[in-house]
Amino acid sequence: MKADAQPLDTRSFDLAALAFAMALVLQAPHLPWWLGAPLLLAIGLRWWLRRYQRTRVAAWLKLPLLALLVLAVVARYGNVFGLVPGTALAAGLLVLKLLETETPRDARVGMGFACFTLMAALLFDQSLVATLAVALGLLPPLAALRSLEPGRRAPAALWREWLPGMGLLAVALPLAVLAFLLVPRLSSPLWGAPNVDQQRSGLADSMTPAGFTQLLVDDSPALRVSFDGPPPPPGLRYFRAYVMSHYDGASWTYRDVSNQPPAPIEAAGGIRYRISLEPTRQRVLPTLDMPLAAPPGASLRRDRVVIADKPVDKLRDYTVSSATAYRLEPQLGRHHARWLQLPAGFNPRTLSLGQSWRRQYGNDDAAIVRAALALFHDGGFRYTLAPAPLGRNAMDDFLFDTREGFCEHYASAFTVLMRAAGIPARVVTGYQGGYWNAIGHYLLVRNSDAHAWSEVWLAGKGWVRVDPTAAVRPQRISLGAAAAAPGGQLPWYQVGWLQSLRNHWDIVNRWWNQGVNGFNALRQRGLLRPFGIDRTDTSTLALLLAASCTLAMLIGLAWVWRRREPEDAVRAALRQLERKLARLGVVRQTGEGPRDYLQRAAAALPAQRERLLELMHRYLELRYGRAEPTPESLRRLQRAIRDFPVRRVVK
Amino acid sequence: MHAALRRLAQRAVARAERRLPALTRLRRPEPLPIELNRRRIYILPTAFGFGFGALLLVMLVGALNYANNAALLLTCLLGAAAAASMLLAFRTLDGLRLSDIRADHAVAGEALRLTLDFSASRLREAVRLDCMGETRAFAVDGTTELHLQLPTTRRGWQALPRIRVWSTWPLGMFRAWSWLHPQQSVLVWPRPEQAGPPPVLPADGQERLRPQPGEELAALRDYRRGDAPRHIAWKASARHHDLLVKDFDRPEPRETWSLDWHALRSLDREARIARLARWLGEAEAQGRRYSLQLPGERIEVGSGPVHYARCMGALAVLP
Repeated sequence: MKADAQPLDTRSFDLAALAFAMALVLQAPHLPWWLGAPLLLAIGLRWWLRRYQRTRVAAWLKLPLLALLVLAVVARYGNVFGLVPGTALAAGLLVLKLLETETPRDARVGMGFACFTLMAALLFDQSLVATLAVALGLLPPLAALRSLEPGRRAPAALWREWLPGMGLLAVALPLAVLAFLLVPRLSSPLWGAPNVDQQRSGLADSMTPAGFTQLLVDDSPALRVSFDGPPPPPGLRYFRAYVMSHYDGASWTYRDVSNQPPAPIEAAGGIRYRISLEPTRQRVLPTLDMPLAAPPGASLRRDRVVIADKPVDKLRDYTVSSATAYRLEPQLGRHHARWLQLPAGFNPRTLSLGQSWRRQYGNDDAAIVRAALALFHDGGFRYTLAPAPLGRNAMDDFLFDTREGFCEHYASAFTVLMRAAGIPARVVTGYQGGYWNAIGHYLLVRNSDAHAWSEVWLAGKGWVRVDPTAAVRPQRISLGAAAAAPGGQLPWYQVGWLQSLRNHWDIVNRWWNQGVNGFNALRQRGLLRPFGIDRTDTSTLALLLAASCTLAMLIGLAWVWRRREPEDAVRAALRQLERKLARLGVVRQTGEGPRDYLQRAAAALPAQRERLLELMHRYLELRYGRAEPTPESLRRLQRAIRDFPVRRVVK
Repeated sequence: MHAALRRLAQRAVARAERRLPALTRLRRPEPLPIELNRRRIYILPTAFGFGFGALLLVMLVGALNYANNAALLLTCLLGAAAAASMLLAFRTLDGLRLSDIRADHAVAGEALRLTLDFSASRLREAVRLDCMGETRAFAVDGTTELHLQLPTTRRGWQALPRIRVWSTWPLGMFRAWSWLHPQQSVLVWPRPEQAGPPPVLPADGQERLRPQPGEELAALRDYRRGDAPRHIAWKASARHHDLLVKDFDRPEPRETWSLDWHALRSLDREARIARLARWLGEAEAQGRRYSLQLPGERIEVGSGPVHYARCMGALAVLP
């Protein structure tokens, strides 16, 4: 107790400061910079002051700093509760704790708090790399806790402090995995699920031209798809998310209608596949082309958009069958007018162009589609991720003035042209392309593969997908988004070999997602079924968990309790000789002395008689001749016994 | 508040000691060497351990609530590491051996220096020892000597107190402890009186002591005119420029003291012992030869530290 009031020694304080800094660094990506940078600076300053100036932080400073921290968090987030403000507050409190850390007691409390903050960092990002980083981040707190024990042998080099912690974590890993597998999962959250990542780009339920720019440079994985059969060719890898019907002159929006049955479809066969969707905070589930039915926990809307019952807040796996050759909604019926909606007073030149095509081609809708695609292909249009801004009549500006843009511009302009010509048309957003990982047999689709295209309704064919971007830049469809972007428009990490390396590395992330992040109650049950446990309710799991933890502790106790008798080297050598002689058929009887035994062996093995008698003399000399055997004579005996030949005597 | 709580805790411990002597620290004194084993090592979480457990629980509930498997896995990892640290705390004490206790001499009222020999087959770090309200931290690598100051109050045999050996290694979350109660006593010498008369010597016993040449060779010095030739150190002079002469010590003649218990009839028992102790000390300091007569025991004339220790020991164990 008295030791707890002593000031910390230098090494302990260094380790504690390092632990705090590590926790803060791992938390930093989720903190606003104006909070993270000063906090790191405060840690560095505090360390320097204590180490080289030997000064403490004045006590009166703590309360104003605390007030400042709380004020800053409240000003930024509105309150201090919830995951994001709570984390920011915790990071600040962590640094305040370091300011007042002077005794081992403070340091212990601080280390516990650092562990807590480290764990909170995983609530934002649970990828393999983040998890490993946090596991490494546990080493400084463990080392600091060790250094607080008086009477230890402190290693001279700082890096040696990490080794015991690593050993401890390695020893703890089996039990940890066991507990991880058996801890009963909650069927529903106890309190509100986090609403993190509001800024995270993703497909939205509305689309403005140039709205994708953020998305196209975000190359974090969006979904991973594994197919039951062979994957569809690249040109058919269209993953539909939203079908947008309403255009207000500036943006296209999706209108969710939940009370109408899905549009009828005539499909020949289907492709069955399984999608693992990264959290999007939205309810839409992208599916390949045209889904035939909705997966459990989701429903199929009128336009065959799959909407989940709850927002996708964590990794979601679903299996769907889709058709790539189909006839969707052969009879449009009363909905015909809906797909011709256009806002009044916008884009007069575009409208007149569409109407002129109708006059020119009469009733041949397909010819009008071809005319529009030919316009994009031959009309001097350019594909770029950095298009010029558009004015109020956006489509007029795009079609007749700037003539540059990417998928959103083309899909939007094409759909407006079709509607002007009287052809029912709509914008579809989703993903197109992806990287086929041959080792893992899955398709990796990144957020940068987001795409927009159109669907037009042709009499007798139903809804037909038309991708106007393909008319401008076919590589976008065949090679993917990264290949299509003109040079210099992509961030450095999306180019060339680096991108290819990251595509290959993704298999590890997928494995981590499937094995660890996707391990849920269902998989838990599947894990236990081979052991004859069919009921996996909470009490069964708790019982299993308790039993296996007890078992693990017993194994640990057995390891701890076993006593290694310091074995006598001479006796060990004799035992080796006994084993060799036993293989030759001379087994030592219980109660038979070494002298009698070796004499008997010498009589039984006349070929080795001389050698055995010599060994006997050496042994007796070592055993009873002198109090302390000399190392050389012991080594001679050991060598002689090692060289003793064990050849079966032919009888 | 704190004091009341502490009193309550002390009462509870005292009660537990009475009721559960086998479980608590009322271990019978046992002979050395004492080796700690699993039957006598107890482990409980420390306050920090309980706090950390609560923190782990919060992290577990958070990870489960957010269905965050990565956080859950690391929470499990941390919990398992904490559990493993309990085993390490046990391993720190298990097999630790108190092989010997050596005691210096001390008079009553002064601290007695104890040397405890601990040995272990592998390195033990952060072992701590509580003895008489004092806590020491040390590491045992092979054999380690630990010095303790044992306060003494009265002469005679004094039993060693119970010693608590404990450790919170490696993370401070679990505290393993064991009680040692060595069956060994240390002898505390009586305290000499501060001042008093010199011993009265029998008149006939006072022989006249002639001055006599010393017999002890004290040093070599340079030759001075008038030195006897037989005192010249010839061998040493051969390796030197000048002649060297052996200089002999000539101690002042000292009479032998016969210290007798029965000659001090006017004093009470402890005062007699204190006076005899003082005389013994003076005689030893002055290099006298002395004998000691005690009721039931006589120590013949002699001198030197062993003789002194024998005499003081005899005084110390007087009833």
